[in-house]
Formats: sequence, C-alpha cells, structure tokens
Amino acid sequence: MSKVKKALCKAFIYLMLALIYLPILVLVVYSFTTSKSIGVWNGFTLSLYADVFTDAEMMGAVGNSLIVALVSSLLATLIGTLAAVGIFYTRSKWYKTLLNLTSQVTMVNADIVTGVSFMMLFLVFGLIPKGYLTLIISHTMITVPYVIMNVMPRLSQLNPNLYEAGLDLGASPVRTFFTVLLPQLVPAMISGFALAFTLSLDDFVITKFVNGDVSTISTYLYNKIAKKGVMPQLRALSALIFIAILAVLVAVNIFSHRKRVKEGGRK
Amino acid sequence: MNNEIKTGEPQRQKFDKIIEVRNVTKVFDDVTVVDDVNLSIKRGEFITLLGPSGCGKTTLLRMIAGFEAPTSGAIFLEGQDVTELPPHKRPINTVFQKYALFPHLNVYKNVAFGLKLKRLPNGYKMKKNGEYKLDKHGNKIEVYRKLTKAEMDEKITRALKLVGLEAYGHRDVTSLSGGQQQRVAIARALVCEPKVLLLDEPLGALDLKMRKDMQIELMDMHKRLGITFVYVTHDQEEALTMSDNVVVIKDGVIQQYGSPKKIYDEPKNAFVASFIGESNILSGTMKSDFNVNFCGADFKCLDKGFNKNEKVDLVVRPEDIAIESGEKGKLVGEVTQSIFKGTYYEMNVLVGDYEFTVQNTVEHKVGEKVGLSIEPNGIHIMKKLLTQNEYITEVSGENTVAICGGNFEFVNNEGFNKGDKVVAEVDFDKVELTDDESDGTVGGNVAQTLYKGSYYQVQVYTDDDDDIFVDTADEWDIDDRVGIVIPPEAIRVRAFVEEKEEEKEDEREEEKETQNDGD
Repeated sequence: MSKVKKALCKAFIYLMLALIYLPILVLVVYSFTTSKSIGVWNGFTLSLYADVFTDAEMMGAVGNSLIVALVSSLLATLIGTLAAVGIFYTRSKWYKTLLNLTSQVTMVNADIVTGVSFMMLFLVFGLIPKGYLTLIISHTMITVPYVIMNVMPRLSQLNPNLYEAGLDLGASPVRTFFTVLLPQLVPAMISGFALAFTLSLDDFVITKFVNGDVSTISTYLYNKIAKKGVMPQLRALSALIFIAILAVLVAVNIFSHRKRVKEGGRK
Repeated sequence: MNNEIKTGEPQRQKFDKIIEVRNVTKVFDDVTVVDDVNLSIKRGEFITLLGPSGCGKTTLLRMIAGFEAPTSGAIFLEGQDVTELPPHKRPINTVFQKYALFPHLNVYKNVAFGLKLKRLPNGYKMKKNGEYKLDKHGNKIEVYRKLTKAEMDEKITRALKLVGLEAYGHRDVTSLSGGQQQRVAIARALVCEPKVLLLDEPLGALDLKMRKDMQIELMDMHKRLGITFVYVTHDQEEALTMSDNVVVIKDGVIQQYGSPKKIYDEPKNAFVASFIGESNILSGTMKSDFNVNFCGADFKCLDKGFNKNEKVDLVVRPEDIAIESGEKGKLVGEVTQSIFKGTYYEMNVLVGDYEFTVQNTVEHKVGEKVGLSIEPNGIHIMKKLLTQNEYITEVSGENTVAICGGNFEFVNNEGFNKGDKVVAEVDFDKVELTDDESDGTVGGNVAQTLYKGSYYQVQVYTDDDDDIFVDTADEWDIDDRVGIVIPPEAIRVRAFVEEKEEEKEDEREEEKETQNDGD
C-alpha cells in the first residue's frame, strides 16, 4: 500500500515538473534548428544563436533591458533596504502597519493600473521625456516592495539588541547602521536585488506604457511577433534569457545556502 | 560660596554615588512601567534589580544605559545629568540577555569593536611656533587620538584572558557555545573600561551548572575590577548570592532596598517575603509589643510599634519552624505531604485551616500528628499594605456607586444624591469572584495571588485599570478572567471631604497614640 502511495507521490511530482519545464524544454531544443514551425526538425545548428548576436536591433533591446534592470534594481535595493530598516524600527504600531501596507501597494496592484498611472504621471509632469529615465523610475518603484519583502524577515531574525549593542559600545547611530546592521542584511539584499533584476528584465505591461523610443527585450519581442509572427531567432533569444535567469537563481541559492551553513553552527 | 565650603564633605559623598535615579517614571502606551523611582547606586557596588517579569526592572536598566528616555525624572552619572545623553556617549556598557554579539565578526574583532571607537586625550593643539592654539574663548583645544594597534591588542588579550577565552580570538562567534558567547559579550563590554557595567539577565539562557559557575566568575570579576555592576534578574537566589545590595521591584515601584540578608530576614511586605525564598505568610493580630496572635495561639516576637490589635502580615521561614512528633508545641497539626529534597525534608503541616511549609532534616510521615514551635526571632511582622479596598469615587445613581468602572448597588441610608463625591470601602473578604465574568458587575484579570495560610489574597486588575483585593478560599490562576460581585450591604459609603479627611485621620492617629500611652 505504502509502496503504491510512494510511487503515486513521485509520479505527481514528476508530472508537475514536466508541466512546468516541458514548454521551456521544447523551446530550448528547437532553438537549435532553423525550421519556421515547431515540430519540424531540419538538423542541428547554432545559426539561430549567431543570428541573435549579429542582429543589432535585437542586441540593442537586450542591452537596454540590462541597463534598465541593473540600474533600477540597484536603486530598488538601496531604497528598499533603507525603507525596511525604517519600517522595522518604527515604534508606533499602527504607523508601522500603515507603512507596511502602503509599501506593498505596487506589488499587489494590477500591472495595467500601475502602468497607466505611471504614463499619466509622466504626462502630467510633461518635462520628463519617455525613455531610460521613465523606465528606470517605474521599474525601481515596482521592485522596491520585493526588496523590502526580502530584507524585512532578516531584520526580524536579528538579535533585537544588536543595534543597541553597537550604540552601547560607542558607535553613533549612522556608524552602527553601516558596521553592525548592514553586514547582517547583505544576503537578503542580494536576493532582493536578484529578484528585482529578473522582475525588471521580464516586465512588459508597465514597460510598454513608459518606454518611449527605448525598446527592451519584451517590447522588442512583442513588436516583432505582432508584425512578423514568431521568428525562429526569438527561440534562441528566449532560451538565452531563460538560461541567464536560471544562472542568477542558482547563484543566489548557492550563496544563501553557504551563508546558512556557516551560521548553522550557532543553533 | 559658603555653601560650597560647607558641603565639602557631602560633595565627596555625593561623588560616591555613581548613579542617581531621581523621580524617574516611564510610560509606554498609557501603561506606567516605572513609577516615580528613586535610587542611588554607590561606586563599586554590585547591585541587583530583582522582580518578576514585567515589573519594570529591565526598563529601568535601559534608561540607565540610554536606550529609553524617561517620561519624567532625571538620571545622574557622577553628579552630572545624563538624561538626554545618547547611549554611545555614556561611559556605561551593557551585557545583553541574548549576548547580541556581532555575527559577522570573529571573537577578537567583536571585542575590538568598542576599542576602535575609543579616543584618548592627547595633549593640546599647537601652533608651528610651539605655542598653544586657542579657540574663540581663549581656551586650549584638546586633541584626541585613537588607540594604537599594540595598545588595542594588549587590552583585547587581557580582556579575553579575564573571561578565559584567550585561545579563541580567531573563532567565529556563531561557533561558540552559549556560555562562551556570554563570556565574549562580557569581555566586549569590559574592554571599554566602563564606569558602570549593566547586565540584563545575562545568565538567563544558560543551563543550571553553567549559571552557577558564571555567578562565581562574575562576582570574582567584580571584586578584581572594582567596576560598579548593575545586575537585572528575576532569580531571587542569584540576587541573594551575588549582590551587595538588592532592589526588589514590583509594578514599577521599589518594594525594598537592602542587603540580601536584610531582605531575606526582614522583608518589608508580604510580596517581598513571598518573592524571596520559601516562606509561610500569615495574617495575625498584634496583642501588644512583642506579642502576636496567629493560628489561635499567642507567640513572642521581636517586633513592636504596632497599634493594639492591629492586623498584620507575618512571615515565618520554613527552616525556622521546629517540628516534633506528638502533640507538644504551640501548634498541633497533621503532616499532609513530605518531599525529600536532598539535605532536608520539606513537609506540609495542616494546623486548623493553615498549611505550614516546614523544612527539617528529620522526616515525619504523612498523617503523623506533630507539634510546631517557633522561636521569637523566627517570626517577622510586616505592616499590612492595605486592610480594605478604598475608592474615592461618586454616587452614580439612586443607590449605586461607581467602583472600578462598574455601578455597584449599596444601601443608601444617608441619602446621598447622584454625583456626590464619596469614599467607598469594601473589606477584602466581602468581595466575591465569579468564573464567568459576565456574572460580575465588572470584569478583570487576576494579577497576583498570595497564599496566606488558610486563604488566598487575590489582586484583580480590573478592565478600568483599578486594583481590587479579594480574600478567597478558592485558588485562582494568574491571568484568569473573573467577574467581581460585591453584596450591597458590604459597601460602606461615606462622604468624601477633601481636606477635613486628613485632619480626621490625624485626630484618629492622636487618639490611638494616647490610648497606647495609656496601655
């Protein structure tokens, strides 16, 4: 009986994994062949990848995406960490709850609403031309809550007297923040950064409203597909994006695992 | 000027007080945690703030450290007001309950943290021509320097040696045991050479054996270093073992201050007696000076100065009761329980309604008839804190009076009108508690229960933030929700007259005094 149960459990897990990864697998496999439509295999080749790297427009979009993602997630990490520390050490309970709620609004808000609001905001303040600046501002704002979400639990795990211990030993509040608190938050900040980076990289809805002339990977793909249908080269590009994000995910996991093993000795 | 010369002597005395807490009150969200506390701490002493959890002892410590600001009152360090001084500028260091070591630094760097920030005076600013550089007011400008690497290393090595961890400098603090982490925390604080070391339940997280060892080590360190230690604990045994002086705190109010021996032998009230050590707390009546009646028998005691027939609390320590078989002795009872405790037996003896706890090396079996006797120096008499519930309030209806936020019926013989200011008195034993709070006129939480031999004295904290004391035969658990019922005939109501009230009191006092003289 239990053997059957075990087998069923395993089957269920494999089925789920298959459902998640099969589409990506198909995509990756067919990125090595040039046929126009999926299902037809006309020989292994890397020519699609070569096309990707030689297509200046495509590479431009990739470059834009990387610049926007990097700058906005760095900003989001900075703002999010400071916000998390501020919210965490807020004394008044109701004010703390209020800050917590408001900081999460862009996370739960529908992207379409956020996108339209950003567009209107930039219109109202007409001074800001749509482009890198508007992309970076909006991407920073939508990823800040994810950094807060990563840093906050780390803060509540910390010894409650840690900050006071710094003050007690003669360090000013600012110095204590940098020499005592910040080193404890680095792992959480890195995973918050990674999350912000990937979210910015694959955002489409909000990007579409604020990008102006700057095309990112997602808007580029959308425009191409709308005009010409799915070009074979897009398979190679998608596979590359998938691998890149996977690499970031694995790196972050290995990093935090090591950190945990190191701290595990305490308990 | 004259004054200054005259106060030359007290000046030095004042300086012997390293810390002075003056009228300090701390209120958190409308709850008074520390209530008008005054406390002087002598230079070099080991003082312990002792009390149950939530009594305000840690808050008091945190105010001395500077982590909390008093709502009102002031704190002085060596005669200087430091109330507004932030913690990083106070020459005070703290050992926290859960160590609070910096996990990203190794042992050595943890200890070095405070030293790196220390600045030593290093002469005065000089001009190139060798003259002192002066500031706007014509004063020399002091220069400070950091400690050199060698100085730091020497101090750190000494501190680590002091706590027996000299070989652990390179170790990660997260890889150490609880006891070792606590030692690092102590070294980290002591290396800064503070004027006062604050310790907030530092041994609370250690196991019993480790705790005992650390107690002795801390006492030893205190003796060798001569630094003032302010220690916070809820463990009465720890407090009695380690301190020069103990401050017993309850509900943010200091109950008693004194040496461990004094606090054990002469507790000021029933709370201190029950909190410090095992004790039998009973109600009695002073027949005259040196004579007290309890459990239906008269005993000689060493206390005087009470009114004739004044109701008192008294404490008898279990080891001060002599027990023997048979029906000799002033009190005769039956053993109801006997537990072997290693070096002695702890027995419960029922005498009438009162159950005594007795400790003796000779065992008496359960059911055995025994006689108890108590020497005069084994009985300590304490003034009753309150003898009745008393509320200054007003008549809230035709025949109801407001008490603890509820309207209680009373017998309105004197024809009080609604809104009249009155004093309502209720005896402890007339108040009834109900399991279901909706059966009572008002509801509350049991804040404290004190076993008084034949009954429990229960303090109920009502939803209206008032206290009501109840003598009851039933045992209630702390934090139980209860309802409060008072029969109308048990409430005595008299008119409240603000100033004459005191005069009357005085008159009564005088009357009593003359009576006493007559005796």
